[in-house]
Amino acid sequence: MYIIVVGGGKVGYYLTQHLLVAGHEVAVIEKNPKKVENIINDLGGIAILGDGSDASPMLEAGMNRADIAVAATGDDEDNLIVCQMAKMKFGVKRTIARINNPKNEHIFGVLGIETTVSYVDALVAQIERGIPTHALVHLLTLRDVGAAFVEKQVPPASPVIGMTMSEMNLPEHFLIALIIRHSQAIIPKGTTHLEEGDEVVAVTAVGNEDLLEQLFRGELIKKP
Amino acid sequence: MRIIILGCGRVGVHLAHAMDQAGHDVTVVDRNRESFNKLGSDYGGKMVLGTGIDEDVLRKAGIEQADAFVAVTNGDNTNAMAAQIAQHVFQVPRVVARMYDPVREETYRLLGLDTVCPTVMGAVKIREMVDA
Repeated sequence: MYIIVVGGGKVGYYLTQHLLVAGHEVAVIEKNPKKVENIINDLGGIAILGDGSDASPMLEAGMNRADIAVAATGDDEDNLIVCQMAKMKFGVKRTIARINNPKNEHIFGVLGIETTVSYVDALVAQIERGIPTHALVHLLTLRDVGAAFVEKQVPPASPVIGMTMSEMNLPEHFLIALIIRHSQAIIPKGTTHLEEGDEVVAVTAVGNEDLLEQLFRGELIKKP
Repeated sequence: MRIIILGCGRVGVHLAHAMDQAGHDVTVVDRNRESFNKLGSDYGGKMVLGTGIDEDVLRKAGIEQADAFVAVTNGDNTNAMAAQIAQHVFQVPRVVARMYDPVREETYRLLGLDTVCPTVMGAVKIREMVDA
């Protein structure tokens, strides 16, 4: 895929490195000449000097043939405009915005930028994961398709312990996608059962994220 | 009319004075406290300190009751984002954003924002004067 990353700071740099290793074609637009030089020295001639919300560096980078535009600067207003310009001016189908202030996630959604990544939210999620109350962790929201990935640990004495996927009779638009047990990932089948302490990743419709908690409390189990 | 002016630079100050003197209810928002000094002592409107892309700051400035919102900070992207928040999140009836970059100005105009591009306006005016 051809991916254009706007913002060559730490986030943009390591993201670009990672994408290159994964075999993608990548271009970076960065306004700081020193950072551009570093990227060219370390990763090759893939960095373009310029303001990433300006049309000319976007054109130079080949934004019109990009599969994905990633706005990874430290300023939310710049990230919003980069994504909107990429979509409207260059017809890029998929844009991903880094969000610095979690309050802006809602605004980006209203303004048509479906996929956002918030570090602060991710850090909060990590902290929640370490809290023994086993809060529901929001892993990812794909706003354009209305799907959310959530994670929660099976609490002690949950009625679902020992039950298999098919026995639980899961509701519509809800799927247990992954179970992490003793640091091992299990893709569940109908015969896979749940154990206490399993980290369960579920896919649900946006707005229905608490189905996983209801499931673990035994509220969704249909008695035969 | 209740009007919020984002950005207390030359244009923001000029507009704030004109609207204030015309008897409108004016609130100026800027993230830099010193900028408000430019308004001078004869300005009778309100001032709110904070960034214009923050919903809470905009609420504090009274955006929920505002009749008009004008974004004239020195950043095109800030103006574009703040104006869209005013238009789409708070449904302010009249929203105007200034953008120096003609390409961005055209893009957001086509998206339904009322925009002003001083770069193009200035160039057109100068051309007229040179040609005359």
